[in-house]
Amino acid sequence: MKTKKILHAPVIYEELNSLKAGDTIYLRGSIITARDAAHKRIFQLLQEGKPLPIELKDQVIYYAGPCPARPGLIIGSCGPTTSSRMDVYTPLLLEYGLKAMIGKGPRSAQVIESMIKHGAVYLAAVGGAGALIASCIKKVEIVAFEDLGPEAIYRMEVEDMPLVVAIDAKGNNLYEIGPRQFARI
Amino acid sequence: MLKTALNMPFQDNVSKQQPLPIIIHNRGVLLWILSKTLFISARWPLPYAKLHLYFPRKTARIYTINFNKSERRTAFPSCDFQKFLYLRHKIMKEIHVDKITDTVARLCIEACYNVGDDVKALLQKARQCETSPQGKNILDQLLENLRLAHELKLPICQDTGMAVVFLEIGQDVHIVGGDLYEAVHEGVRRGYTDGYLRKSVLSPITRINTGDNTPAVIHAEIVPGDKLKITVAPKGFGSENMSQLKMLKPSDGLEGIKKFILQTVIDAGGNPCPPIIVGVGIGGTMEKAAYMAKKALLRPASTHNPDPLVAQLEEEMLQAINNTGIGPQGLGGTVTALAVHIETYPTHIAGLPVAVNIQCHAARHSQAVL
Repeated sequence: MKTKKILHAPVIYEELNSLKAGDTIYLRGSIITARDAAHKRIFQLLQEGKPLPIELKDQVIYYAGPCPARPGLIIGSCGPTTSSRMDVYTPLLLEYGLKAMIGKGPRSAQVIESMIKHGAVYLAAVGGAGALIASCIKKVEIVAFEDLGPEAIYRMEVEDMPLVVAIDAKGNNLYEIGPRQFARI
Repeated sequence: MLKTALNMPFQDNVSKQQPLPIIIHNRGVLLWILSKTLFISARWPLPYAKLHLYFPRKTARIYTINFNKSERRTAFPSCDFQKFLYLRHKIMKEIHVDKITDTVARLCIEACYNVGDDVKALLQKARQCETSPQGKNILDQLLENLRLAHELKLPICQDTGMAVVFLEIGQDVHIVGGDLYEAVHEGVRRGYTDGYLRKSVLSPITRINTGDNTPAVIHAEIVPGDKLKITVAPKGFGSENMSQLKMLKPSDGLEGIKKFILQTVIDAGGNPCPPIIVGVGIGGTMEKAAYMAKKALLRPASTHNPDPLVAQLEEEMLQAINNTGIGPQGLGGTVTALAVHIETYPTHIAGLPVAVNIQCHAARHSQAVL
């Protein structure tokens, strides 16, 4: 049976390396959000060799753009967005030390190859479970690109955010293994 | 009384195109107004082409006096009263744009905070049918998410979408007070701001956010009757991005249609947040197929097309899609789709358009009838 594990962010290598595709894990610690527009800017800054407004080494990036918070709450719904749109930018970010990504949906072959090379993992959050995930977020602040609105980079403190290891550091891919196991055609 | 009413536009700068509303309390007043308007219009050009007479006791009924300029010239000298001034007895319902704005705003919020009982029931059924442990875990999280969204007053998904607004306008409805489309956009603007919903709409060229989730995508249809039906369906783009349209060849036939629907779902994989609802439009022209696919998603989930042949195709495709093993979130399982809704329309001898619009489990739509 699958084991339930805790993963800390920024990552601890021992924990990271023990993750296997299919594991259910609970994430604790500090993560940063970035989606399409923020990735494009980070990618351009890295290519131009300019300094980044955020640290990438050992970080966990969450592909998400939250709803605005209603008074009395720190954040609105905050589920994952489709990761494959970030595929073109991801290998370069991994080169700069990114160790884990949280999103939904499969990744490209290049991303998986780069993940194996740099020992990174890809974690799946449940797409559409925006309210559930928002309830795991304890602290939020905007750290960069505020002008992008919902696409700005936020730093979040999360507690026991439920995730599934979709692609582990060895390249085992649950998006291939899982459906193959249940296909009836 | 009438004189002041007629002077109003010059003081208040009201558009001459707007009918002047006059409240009629009894038949005596009506006759008095008719005689006075006849008298005045014979001497001076009327500031209004139309007068609307409201009867407070019969609010649905509005009598319109139409002063037709060309008829006035020719008709009056011969004293042909019927031709000069005709009282049209209309059962035309008036709806003010402010009411439309308020309704759209309310529906935007309602749709994003609650998923229909139809979808909830299907998710619960899916939880019972799913055999994959991971799939069960995911469906549990989705059901828990619905509960939490309600409890914490949070949108069920952070992608509160682009607002797609369907208007079914009864042909006996008269919309007053301003621009109908602007009223809808204003409703979206207000709903997305007041409801703490995400503003996800931007320029396709500059990628600069409009800041208030406008404009909405508006589909208006004219239908019989005197009602206005408004349906707001916020569409998230995780699933919208996975939709496809193909102009098949007549030789591809039914087999080609099935293959294309299935392939679209397989290509989408885990991206559109399965379990999904699949909307399909078959036939018509390119845009008609796409429109039917989108509209099919408005049907209560899992109700079938009234045509038994199409209903059978829906059932068959649902089976085939759930046999792919994609499963909840694409991580493997037996429930990939909750329902398949197909709409058809006759098409050209040379063509076979098929559109597949994919909808995530957050199948949101709210409607109201005015």
